[in-house]
Amino acid sequence: MNEMTGTAIPHAPGFIANKTPRIVTSRFDYEDSHTLTRYEATGGYEGLKKALRRTPEEVHNEVRDATLLGRGGAGFPAGVKWGFCPPEVWPRYLVVNGDESEPGTYKDRLLMELDPHQLIEGCLIACYAVGLSQCFLYVRGEMAVAQERVAQALNEAYAAGYIGKNIQDSDFSVDIILHWGAGAYVVGEETALIESLEGNRGMPRLKPPYFPASIGLYGQPTIVNNVETLSNLPWILEHGAGAFTAIGTESSPGTRMVAVSGHVKRPGVYEIVNGTTTFRDLLYGSDMCGGIRDDNQLKAFVPGGGSAPWFTADQLDLPFEASQVGPQGSMLGSGAIMVMDETTDIPAAALTLTKFYAHESCGKCVPCREGGTWLEQILRRVVEGRGTTRDLELLIEVGETICPGDFPHAAVPSKGIEAVPFPYRMTTICFVGPSAFAPIHSALTLFREEFEAKVAGNDYPTMIEVAVDV
Amino acid sequence: MKFFTDENSELAREMIERYPKARSAMIPLLHLAQEQEGWITDEAMTEIAELVGTTSAEVLGTCSFYEMFKRKPVGKYVINICTTMSCALMGAGDLMKHAESRLGVKSGGSTSDGMFTLEGAECQAACTEAPCLQVNYRHQYRVTADQFDQLIEELASADHDVPQHGVLSRIRQHIPEDRFVGPTPPEEVVSAPIWLGTDSGEK
Repeated sequence: MNEMTGTAIPHAPGFIANKTPRIVTSRFDYEDSHTLTRYEATGGYEGLKKALRRTPEEVHNEVRDATLLGRGGAGFPAGVKWGFCPPEVWPRYLVVNGDESEPGTYKDRLLMELDPHQLIEGCLIACYAVGLSQCFLYVRGEMAVAQERVAQALNEAYAAGYIGKNIQDSDFSVDIILHWGAGAYVVGEETALIESLEGNRGMPRLKPPYFPASIGLYGQPTIVNNVETLSNLPWILEHGAGAFTAIGTESSPGTRMVAVSGHVKRPGVYEIVNGTTTFRDLLYGSDMCGGIRDDNQLKAFVPGGGSAPWFTADQLDLPFEASQVGPQGSMLGSGAIMVMDETTDIPAAALTLTKFYAHESCGKCVPCREGGTWLEQILRRVVEGRGTTRDLELLIEVGETICPGDFPHAAVPSKGIEAVPFPYRMTTICFVGPSAFAPIHSALTLFREEFEAKVAGNDYPTMIEVAVDV
Repeated sequence: MKFFTDENSELAREMIERYPKARSAMIPLLHLAQEQEGWITDEAMTEIAELVGTTSAEVLGTCSFYEMFKRKPVGKYVINICTTMSCALMGAGDLMKHAESRLGVKSGGSTSDGMFTLEGAECQAACTEAPCLQVNYRHQYRVTADQFDQLIEELASADHDVPQHGVLSRIRQHIPEDRFVGPTPPEEVVSAPIWLGTDSGEK
């Protein structure tokens, strides 16, 4: 066994501190933030010790009172999700979703590389509170350093008596099993994650049931929580739900990690106050991104990971609050903002996302498998100047086979376009299919003139139209 | 003939014992096979099928779903250049063109000396550090053309801390026997865990 220490592992870059109170990133400045020594010296495992002195029900109530919204994308309150386990079905499992791969998202990897003990402590608190008998920590396959750091931390925590039999000499016993994926975006969907953990192709399960809390791993009640969500638990247990809800807003308390990438002066991962921080604070604030590169104009930004409908400067004053972002046509998703300045070729930018989702379709649902592929091909020929006006309609028609009816989008006051609220209807089991359409729909709605410029002069009739005319 | 070495057979046994159902070890075992051989051979899949109690067709089904499992030999170093939005906005397209010309292969191809395989990849969770790439799933950040050339030289002369393709984590999880609770299969665990303190919690 290779017991090499973590010191040779390079420190993952990206995190930028600001004025926000630091809940999950509090140790990121230490070079040895990932070690048990540093963790214990900075209050580590105190939350677990406090939890063990209380009943599981009290711990669950504390987390419910904190209104800790899931940080993986859907934003569902963790304490409520935990309550969905049927009362007398045992065993129950915890599956940790560390399969971070939504385009633009970069936070769970940082949490796993820089503070793996915080995640481990969060897992233990969840298992104690909900009576989960075994924990599987699923780390994305393409994250070798995160795997090393988590493995090292687990080994340290087992040896120190924090994991395994009779934790801290209590009657609480649980194993945490480190598991790696092998490269499939769709496995981030929680039922696909469970399929993958069962040794299968990572295809999402048919719903209902909507939550694996009722039927999950091996058909048993299973809680699936995101890495950042669980990483909040030690702080909540140590400081109390009241301290957590004192930060942010009532419906979106605490902080959240947001990665800002693309055309800003200081791209980085920021811990921000949830609920009140606006996109303008984040993109233009002097302690955050500091504005658009070269002082260019902002053209558009993706507010919540590649799946999210796009915003423009008209939406900059919206805060990180789902109840405000949803009616304006998008979602906060996984805390990932991708910024496009005035120099951006919008149809080409949309293609970089659509080809991602087409590539990552698992093939289970026909509208996604076929539709995503065709969306990519049609958009590609438009981007390359080989498309026609008819192709622009075809993109919408194919998209509507995946998402029938009005698709959410932002308002464009200058063009008289009103917002269509989130969410959408869908003909697929999971969100991969709709996500292939989202960038196209946003780009076409907000910047139709750029698409028309690409197809101008190409208006020869297609084979299909000739046939119909006859 | 056995596929796994004695040492890896022992590791495989340890991995399987951690799961309530052996089949859950399928992906970890495929990784172990790839670590041993650099890619996934038919012999590996046959042996994994035996180890987890299924057919080799089932193992192929799982194996072929996942991008990281290579069904034919690849270079010692697999270079994945991210081509998704954030990296594309920051010059991933130019980086890919440069890489193709530097290595003399198209995306998806391998150099004739067996050293490098070049691939266009999807989002690698390093979006703020664009354009990024991975060598055997270890990141390089904000990569310029010059830095790419330097990286290739370092890798070619083994002046680098990147293990060969197939090796992911160099640290394995080790569960001490006296602390191991053991797997919790649904057939065997029928009551609430003892710490919940409920009536049904008696072990």
